[in-house]
Amino acid sequence: MRLVLHVWRQKNPGSRGRMVRYEAGDVNPDMSMLELLDVINEGLMVKGEEPIAFEHDCREGICGSCGFMINGIAHGPLPASTVCQLTMRHFKDGQELYLEPWRAKAFPVIKDLVVDRGAFDRIISAGGFISVPTGSAPDGNAIPVPKEDADRAMDAAACIGCGACVAACPNASAALFTGAKIAHLGLLPQGQPERHERALRMVTQFNRENFGSCTNIGECEAVCPKEIKLEVIARMNHDFIQASRLRR
Amino acid sequence: MSIQLGSRVPHGPIEKQWDQARFEMKLVNPANKRKHTVIVVGSGLAGASAAATLGELGYNVKCFCFQDSPRRAHSIAAQGGINAAKNYHSDGDSVFRLFYDTVKGGDFRSREANVYRLAQISVNIIDQCVAQGVPFAREYGGTLANRSFGGAQVSRTFYARGQTGQQLLLGAYQALERQVDAGHVTMFPRTEMLDLVVIDGHARGIVTRNLVTGKIESHVADAVVLGTGGYGNVYYLSTNAKGSNCTAIWRAHKRGAAFANPCFTQIHPTCIPVSGHYQSKLTLMSESLRNDGRIWVPLKAGDKRPPNQIPENERDYYLERRYPSFGNLVPRDVASRNAKAVCDEGRGVGETGHGVYLDFSDSIKSLGVDLIRERYGNLFDMYQRITDENPYQVPMRIYPAIHYTMGGLWVDYYLMSTIPGLFVIGEANFSDHGANRLGASALMQGLSDGYFILPYTVGDYIAKSKLDKIDTGHPEFAKSRAGVADLTSRLLSIQGSQTVDSFHRRLGRVLWDYCGMSRNAQGLELALGQIRELREQYWKDVTVTGGADDLNQSLERAGRVADFFELAELMCLDALDRNESCGGHFREECQTPDGEAQRNDQEFSYVAAWEYQGPEQPPALHKEPLHFEYVQPSQRSYK
Ligand SMILES: Cc1cc2nc3c(=O)[nH]c(=O)nc-3n(C[C@H](O)[C@H](O)[C@H](O)COP(=O)(O)OP(=O)(O)OC[C@H]3O[C@@H](n4cnc5c(N)ncnc54)[C@H](O)[C@@H]3O)c2cc1C
Ligand code: FES
Repeated sequence: MRLVLHVWRQKNPGSRGRMVRYEAGDVNPDMSMLELLDVINEGLMVKGEEPIAFEHDCREGICGSCGFMINGIAHGPLPASTVCQLTMRHFKDGQELYLEPWRAKAFPVIKDLVVDRGAFDRIISAGGFISVPTGSAPDGNAIPVPKEDADRAMDAAACIGCGACVAACPNASAALFTGAKIAHLGLLPQGQPERHERALRMVTQFNRENFGSCTNIGECEAVCPKEIKLEVIARMNHDFIQASRLRR
Repeated sequence: MSIQLGSRVPHGPIEKQWDQARFEMKLVNPANKRKHTVIVVGSGLAGASAAATLGELGYNVKCFCFQDSPRRAHSIAAQGGINAAKNYHSDGDSVFRLFYDTVKGGDFRSREANVYRLAQISVNIIDQCVAQGVPFAREYGGTLANRSFGGAQVSRTFYARGQTGQQLLLGAYQALERQVDAGHVTMFPRTEMLDLVVIDGHARGIVTRNLVTGKIESHVADAVVLGTGGYGNVYYLSTNAKGSNCTAIWRAHKRGAAFANPCFTQIHPTCIPVSGHYQSKLTLMSESLRNDGRIWVPLKAGDKRPPNQIPENERDYYLERRYPSFGNLVPRDVASRNAKAVCDEGRGVGETGHGVYLDFSDSIKSLGVDLIRERYGNLFDMYQRITDENPYQVPMRIYPAIHYTMGGLWVDYYLMSTIPGLFVIGEANFSDHGANRLGASALMQGLSDGYFILPYTVGDYIAKSKLDKIDTGHPEFAKSRAGVADLTSRLLSIQGSQTVDSFHRRLGRVLWDYCGMSRNAQGLELALGQIRELREQYWKDVTVTGGADDLNQSLERAGRVADFFELAELMCLDALDRNESCGGHFREECQTPDGEAQRNDQEFSYVAAWEYQGPEQPPALHKEPLHFEYVQPSQRSYK
């Protein structure tokens, strides 16, 4: 099959970007989106031109490195997947695709489709953990955890930190990401001692970065490759409000 | 300078050795720890757990990774689980049994003392991870669930759905971020280590390139730790993440760290086969599928009929036929070799002929489709997503792929390389898996090294050594920076006509053909010639676009592939030297009359540690003899 790509090219954070058109003939329907970019890049490099920069590592939907907008949808049209899992058979012969980096003030563009998601690490650093020094843990079975709680914690913990939620949100909010960690740790007995402190600090940090506020639109849930549910945001708000009240 | 391979295994009975070692270690005064800088390169399970723990202890830690966040290290992709000798099921497991299984599984090519310690520590790992909030699978009563994995006869594998690596890594990452928050660890993401700096015989720092700005920088330390992962990507196609590479360990090797057993690589039998020339990586399908799937190929070569039209009596269930007692559950190396053999006979399936069927129709008939869906639903979906074929209706096609590297930098019992002050942990070292790794034991080793061993042994080293105060102005640092800058400009100035990836693919093909699932002297000699030829062409005709001063992914890859070329040569030399079959290393010359691997303990019961002797010089082989006092070497048999 044949596809036409319009790709955002931007040399560095300081320069102005623009869309550039590439034609891809002979596209194999089994190829992933990233493999198609590989092929285009090989062609560019042989001509001595700079390849399209994009982030990737595992190429199986778990590391969270990859991600860009395809025709305005974060990670493209296939639900519950990342761009590295998106094969070309989901497009029609001759279709035009517009590839753009995540657009959010908190995620400045570094080059082409690569953005800086360092804000996510800073949010985790502000309390997204359980303080347990190495070697100080009791036996793994000392505290039973109801299966249902463990399963729900796992649902939230499945977040891969790709940033699609921020990119899809009209407010560029990081509520789904922050809520997922707060829910994961808050659902487990091990996470209780620091639960309030964690919510206060993580939400404060999230507000400090250039993310917008959550107004419950739900675009984030719709694009999340791991299908994290909006209820994690409710948990975050709950924990934050309770913590703020107790603080006073 | 000649290399000394003192393993420094403590005296005494094996179960007391680690206690003994810890007692003998010198301690660093807590008030002084802050004055000591430790560099940790890598933020996978090994690196992140080490950096977090060293930070907690009070050292000044600098941690590096090439991804944009430490949370994305390749460890994130591990699926199956992590072993621990908890014996929560009272099914007869024990530290000794895990130790025994690991030594035997490694085909008697690992160091007993290290493996025993690993089995001992395995239980602490689970406790630590549970306390961090790792959402392991649970039973209805709230206790931890286990499964049996990779042919083990006990249920000792802990798991978090099919995302065990992800959850363990996030636990370690969060512990690491806690130390960043506390000001004990400084994180350097998007930063690649390109050289090790050795001063007066001690590892004293690294030289890095900032992958966004291109800036070459120096970092001084009292000790350097490498947790930079495995080198499976030397084959180009593997189940590893695309960025995984050997640059950190290879450049340390060139500075004097011995490289141990480079030819010990693991090939996983159940991966989705290659489908086209554009293929960029291979996807693993969990080993558990072999519990209910039957593996077969057509009896006749060249039979291109669709699987459903091949009658029962024209199919060859070759594993069941050759190994009646283990059948489809033979270990990874045996299953892989047999798949290759039937494909070499022209009986492979799929468009490329490099595939065998993994057929669930009998299980679906006997167990019902619902039970199969419950057990493997997510794997079947993943398979269908990639291949567009429905495994409930047509048999899956699978083929072996490179998955893990047992070889790595040589380390002693203290995880220190042959360069004092350079420590190596996780998949980057050679220590615990011998010639073959058992399923669910790499995660265990990475965390054992990082949380529970290294933080002690680094302290001992720092307390015992008197290091001069130096800064980045030292001539050795300047020399190293100049070398790195020179390499970068050389790569950029060739301006040839062939891309880095096109070379890498060809290199991978040579290695896969001659130093892959089975090897022979003639093929290895041939491969050595072809690798050298390709390498020469590389330095004449590779094209690397862009400049040195900003994000340049083709430049990053070019440096890594240059190192892969050199490592590939060493792998072939090592495979040539080891004229025996053991674990994943199958020399066609050394097989039993019925085609199984034949070990030669008399001559090859050693670790092969290679010393770099300079460019275009043959490396020197040093041998660390292996002694087995607790597990008697025996021939593995699965008939
Ligand atoms: C698909 C798959 C499934 C697996 N499943 C299992 C399983 O179920 N159970 C099991 O036990 N094992 C499994 N394994 C094996 C296991 O995942 C790995 O062996 C293990 O995670 C390696 O961890 P590590 O910390 O040593 O290295 P990695 O996780 O590879 O981390 C390497 C780190 O080093 C950094 N780095 C590398 N080079 C440089 C450099 N030059 N400069 C700066 N930073 C650098 C990287 O950025 C990264 O942070 C699996 C492997 C694969 C491929
Ligand atoms: S490359 Fe890892 S999620 Fe896509």
